Amino acid sequence: MTESQRLTRRHFLTAATAVTGGVGAVAAAVPFVASFRPSARAQALGAPVEVDVSKLEPGALMKVEWRGRPIYVVHRTEAMLGVLGRDVELLADPDSADSIQPGYARNDHRSVRPRILVVEGVCTHLGCAPLPRFEVAPADLGADWGGGFYCPCHGSTFDLAGRVFAGVPAPTNLPVPPYRYVDDGTILIGADTGSV
Amino acid sequence: MASAAPELNRRPGRRFDALVAWVDARFPMTRLLREHATQYYAAKNFNFWYGFGVLATVVLIMQFVTGIFLTMNYKPSAEEAFASVEYIMRDVDWGWLLRYLHSTGASAFFIVVYLHMFRGFMYGSYKRPRELVWLIGMFIYLCLMAEAFFGYLLPWGNMSYWGAQVIVSLFGAVPVVGEGIAEWIRGDFYISDITLNRFFAFHVIAMPLILLVLVVVHIMALHEVGSGNPDGIEIKEHKDAGGKPLDGVAFHPYHTSKDLVIIIVFFIIFSAVVFFAPDMGGYFLEHANFEPANPLQTPEHIAPVWYFTPFYAILRAVPDKLFGVVLMGGAVLLPVFMPWLDRCRVKSVRYRSWIYKTALGIFAVSFLALGWLGLQPATGLYTTFSRIFSVLYFGFFILMPFYTSYEKTKPVPIRVTK
Amino acid sequence: MSGGNRWRESRAAARPARRTAGLLAVMAVSMFAATASAQHEATLEPAGNDVADTASLQRGAMYFVNYCLGCHSAQYVRYNRLAEDLQLTENLVVQNLMFTGEQPFDTMTNSMRPEDSVRWFGIAPPDLSLIARSRGTDYVYTFLRSFYEAPASPTGVDNVVLPNTAMPHVLWELQGINRAVFEADEAHDGEEVFRRFEQVSAGQLGTQQYDQVVRDIVNFLDYIGDPTQLAREALGVRVIAFLLVFLVIAWLLKREIWKDVT
Repeated sequence: MTESQRLTRRHFLTAATAVTGGVGAVAAAVPFVASFRPSARAQALGAPVEVDVSKLEPGALMKVEWRGRPIYVVHRTEAMLGVLGRDVELLADPDSADSIQPGYARNDHRSVRPRILVVEGVCTHLGCAPLPRFEVAPADLGADWGGGFYCPCHGSTFDLAGRVFAGVPAPTNLPVPPYRYVDDGTILIGADTGSV
Repeated sequence: MASAAPELNRRPGRRFDALVAWVDARFPMTRLLREHATQYYAAKNFNFWYGFGVLATVVLIMQFVTGIFLTMNYKPSAEEAFASVEYIMRDVDWGWLLRYLHSTGASAFFIVVYLHMFRGFMYGSYKRPRELVWLIGMFIYLCLMAEAFFGYLLPWGNMSYWGAQVIVSLFGAVPVVGEGIAEWIRGDFYISDITLNRFFAFHVIAMPLILLVLVVVHIMALHEVGSGNPDGIEIKEHKDAGGKPLDGVAFHPYHTSKDLVIIIVFFIIFSAVVFFAPDMGGYFLEHANFEPANPLQTPEHIAPVWYFTPFYAILRAVPDKLFGVVLMGGAVLLPVFMPWLDRCRVKSVRYRSWIYKTALGIFAVSFLALGWLGLQPATGLYTTFSRIFSVLYFGFFILMPFYTSYEKTKPVPIRVTK
Repeated sequence: MSGGNRWRESRAAARPARRTAGLLAVMAVSMFAATASAQHEATLEPAGNDVADTASLQRGAMYFVNYCLGCHSAQYVRYNRLAEDLQLTENLVVQNLMFTGEQPFDTMTNSMRPEDSVRWFGIAPPDLSLIARSRGTDYVYTFLRSFYEAPASPTGVDNVVLPNTAMPHVLWELQGINRAVFEADEAHDGEEVFRRFEQVSAGQLGTQQYDQVVRDIVNFLDYIGDPTQLAREALGVRVIAFLLVFLVIAWLLKREIWKDVT
């Protein structure tokens, strides 16, 4: 074997050892990294929540906790639904193209059934909980306000479908969690069957 | 062709060299690498006994990493500790692996360290000029025992509980102040949540910090005097014109490439245990520890984990409480005095007399026998044998100044043998 | 295990014994039987279970839920994990294993309050998540096969493996009722020592069928004691295979580098 052949062999073996060792190190890191995922208990605690909406008055909001976040369930009146179509040109993402929601909630009312709205009460700006402001044209929000959500942290505003208005810090609409109707008066937040 | 090697490891590229120069101007990176790796020379005739030092380092690092991740899910309270371990074993993704690596690692640590120490007994690693290396090493061993003891309480199983109860009670043997000391250690009148909480702090912060510092100091002291070798020759006494020991090879790449092979072999054996027998038939994880701590019921067969059983057997062999504790402590501490007990100038067992070889053999057999006896019930014949082997164990150390003074040694070669 | 064989033979011989209507009748009959107490450690028989046998685990889970879970819990075991490991769909588990309205992600707790169980049995039944690890599979296997009639006991039975146990013979309908024969043993200064079982009344199952039921339960307990064991061994094979390949490469490199050393 000549000197150069030996060097080639040595380079090859060094590289092979380094690559194999690297693969081994990455594989060994997997369990450590993966142990950070939500554990089975976290998933159990974050399991779907059943909500009875049959007794929710028209025009009222109830807060439910799911996975440590407030979920707003709103029973919208006919009048409230009527406002939704009014100021579409003022919205930043009226078609919910850039927002987070299951496919079945990507519509004008952003819900499975028009009357019941289910959104996460988490402002898409920095995570504050927006306040429900369902009254029409209050002094602080102006005469054009048709009801919606107002974030006290940085003033982002959302309409009654959780859609964000243009020109506020929040970039996208309030997210809609996965949910489905168990029966007419009961919804299960956190689980769906893919479609509805 | 030793001169070719450093060339191979030098990466081309001016930018890289510039970066190295920038760092070197601010931190002695290249100098450290030279002193401890590429120009640290160790004998070329290391046998497998010389692999356990690097393995101990590897296991230490593994214990640190797995321990950190376990701490993220463990709850140091009497109410929750046991359940949190099961939570790790079942609910945390890969938690079972982290836990088995750590629990098996504890036993592996002692296996590796005992073999590392026995290497010292065989090849006179404690002898001049390496007395400090040995002393620091013994101190590491003592800290390791404390670390293992503190850690063993954390799963809060019934064996954890009663093991801690027994060992803390040993302090009660001290005349007059004994009970006070035991109470002070526990922080309570029995092993309780308070005890668990402080043992947790010792196990995850205090002892690991001390261990880390001691290991660094151990290695620094070793690199100052240079590693020994199975022939017991000082390689620094025979250098070539360039000042490089004739019988030495650079730690990197020669010993590193060899150590890598040793580490892989270790992990193959280690994996066999972790994946196929993590409780090792009750020796690494004791059966009774799968029951939660129960202050009202002692496990039927109470025994410490295997790595403490040689000393536990000595404790039980003595019918007097105080004297038993003193002897047990003595058994742990006696190796500290090896540099002064051993009067023979020849380091390696290869060139020493049959007397030392026999004594070393008796010591090894006694240690293993005591370890086994410590796992058996303390009855009849077992106790008799425990006493016999205890006497032999102590005899090895106490008689050493005498039998090593008149040893007929073989001539030691001038250069290392292949 | 010669002792084990003796047990089986004796039961086979006693099989055509009379049948009784129920536990009460047995208790009435056994009122006249001599009371015996033995404190000797029984010889444990090998459970011979196999956690890789999924069908056995599925049967074991059924028996466990039907016979054990009423009093004992398995508080660290989640139903959905069971479904996954036992290759059952979550629906099957909900229909067959969950009777009291739990959610699939719940753990196997029971509704018995500890203070009630202390009142009924004098002791809270232990959680069984780890029983196979703390006592061993052989222990549980032998225990479940070693009940015998003991009229003096509040439950009407005692157990050779765990004398004075507070646990009733839950599986008596399957096994039938045994009588334990104790004889004076010369080696133990004439103390009464357990010798064998004799069947007083047959159960729904033959001896071998009953042993298989117990084996299935033990198998299930073995699995829940360390639910990762199957995946663990499969992973171990791959890890060691990788390390062997790595060893060859590293050894070749070491040999190559050490060619420098003369």
